[in-house]
Amino acid sequence: MSEPLLEARGIHSYYGASHILHGVDFRIDRGETIGLMGRNGMGKTTLIRSLLGHLRPRAGSVKVRGLDVTQAAPYRIARLGLAYVPEGRGIFPNLTVRENLIMAARAGLDGRCDWTYERILDTFPRLAERLANGGGELSGGEQQMLTIGRALMTNPQLLILDEATEGLAPLIARDIWTIIRGIRDSGIATVIVDKNYGAVIGLADRCMVMVKGRAVFDDVAEKLSGDVVQKYLGV
Amino acid sequence: MKSKTSVLLLIVLLLFALFPFVGEKFYVQLVAKVMIMAIFAMSLDLLVGYSGLVSLGHAAFFGLAGYVLARLAPQYEAASLWTSLPLALAACAAFALLTGLLVLRTSGVYFIMVTLAFAQMLFFVFHDTPLGGGSDGIYLYAKPELMLGGTSLLNLEDHRVFYWFVLGLVAAVYLLLQRLLDANFGRALIGIKSNEHRMRALGYDTFRYKLGIYMLSGMLAGLAGYLAAMQYGFVNPDILGWHTSGSVLVMVILGGMGTLHGAALGAFVFILLQEVLSNQAWFGPVAKHWQLAMGLFIIAVALFLPRGLAGLSGQRKLREETHG
Repeated sequence: MSEPLLEARGIHSYYGASHILHGVDFRIDRGETIGLMGRNGMGKTTLIRSLLGHLRPRAGSVKVRGLDVTQAAPYRIARLGLAYVPEGRGIFPNLTVRENLIMAARAGLDGRCDWTYERILDTFPRLAERLANGGGELSGGEQQMLTIGRALMTNPQLLILDEATEGLAPLIARDIWTIIRGIRDSGIATVIVDKNYGAVIGLADRCMVMVKGRAVFDDVAEKLSGDVVQKYLGV
Repeated sequence: MKSKTSVLLLIVLLLFALFPFVGEKFYVQLVAKVMIMAIFAMSLDLLVGYSGLVSLGHAAFFGLAGYVLARLAPQYEAASLWTSLPLALAACAAFALLTGLLVLRTSGVYFIMVTLAFAQMLFFVFHDTPLGGGSDGIYLYAKPELMLGGTSLLNLEDHRVFYWFVLGLVAAVYLLLQRLLDANFGRALIGIKSNEHRMRALGYDTFRYKLGIYMLSGMLAGLAGYLAAMQYGFVNPDILGWHTSGSVLVMVILGGMGTLHGAALGAFVFILLQEVLSNQAWFGPVAKHWQLAMGLFIIAVALFLPRGLAGLSGQRKLREETHG
């Protein structure tokens, strides 16, 4: 088996005294798509934050392509080709759309620039119409597109999308899903966290279900039975 | 739009350049002082307005450069500008590096407190040791000279020449900073101000950016302090004190944080207002209490112009945009 793109073992994370993650294992291979599911407060975002170095796990290890990054600074981990689209978006309101994109521009690890400024504007024509607008003057859907576009500007190998369609009108959400599918098909590994389980299962190669800081299911999406969904996700 | 701004800038520059031909000596010196403070205010705005680092210890750099000049100058002769200015700026850069490595680990109100603490330390170093002549300070009997091959390039003792010298430096600093802030470096700072975590997630080593801007800001404050010491021919511990740090912070807030011209405007209004309000010929016995009127003015600006005086034009622009 080839070396995983990102592998975490036995992650224990805390917020102060609260023990949030209880020994979570996580693994994603190149080009793989993983749906990370679970009800609110089960540790999905905490897991992502622990993988990216925003939260230091108290125990366990995180490796990116075999390199131990458990104690590395977040910006170093980001430079290894991990891009994050945080929940609640993450645009810079005081910068224009163009500036938001340009400032993130970086060649990929292998030196390739598959995602150029022009390609982002082709992918998100709505952004192309608003280049001079401040990031704060965009609609929710446009902000989400900008955040995804900005993450792609770093030419990542792994894109983590945390609740990318939350709070968006159904039509806009459908656009975002189309874009996510396009990104997946371009060969970028993706971790998708979303409340729309149907869409996630449709896109994901593998699904991971979290309950109270533990992974209770981790297998190919097809094996995710109605029972599991009902029991752990409450739908 | 861009060319309109540069034309406006050129006109302002020209008006200032012509002022010494019509102004009395006192006013020429006053405007030179204002321009020096404009450099000081712009340097602080880099931290407060662009990077979200509210420093209450910026006078440390201002005073340090002044003291370096005073210590380097021979007792009754002029120091060389070629050596004393770079050394003063280097001292500020070193102080910024040393303190920056510590203070930049904090943020918000803690940042305010530690910057204040470091500035007060420096204050007492010069106040209580023989190094700086105590509270009496040190006199500079001659302005530093700009010599080239035995001849003086500029007669800086002449108040007009000194004025143009300062004007040239203000313009240079403004242009330099504008280019810098327009580049990716400036955008990164704005990004750090609005959300540092997000910038780290994008792969930016935010600490290095903050240290870089902190050092640049300290050096420019040092340039202002050097010029101020040069103009007054005198340094004392007050120029390092928290009063000076507070004044320059008020200038930045008054003018409008996050705009270079706003900071410069704030310096102008603050110093000219101080001059007017404390004028006994106009206000008689009330002039003694000029700080009261100044305080009311600052409160009024904070209440009605949250974006500072520079926001006046910005607000109009915003209205124009919404109306079409």
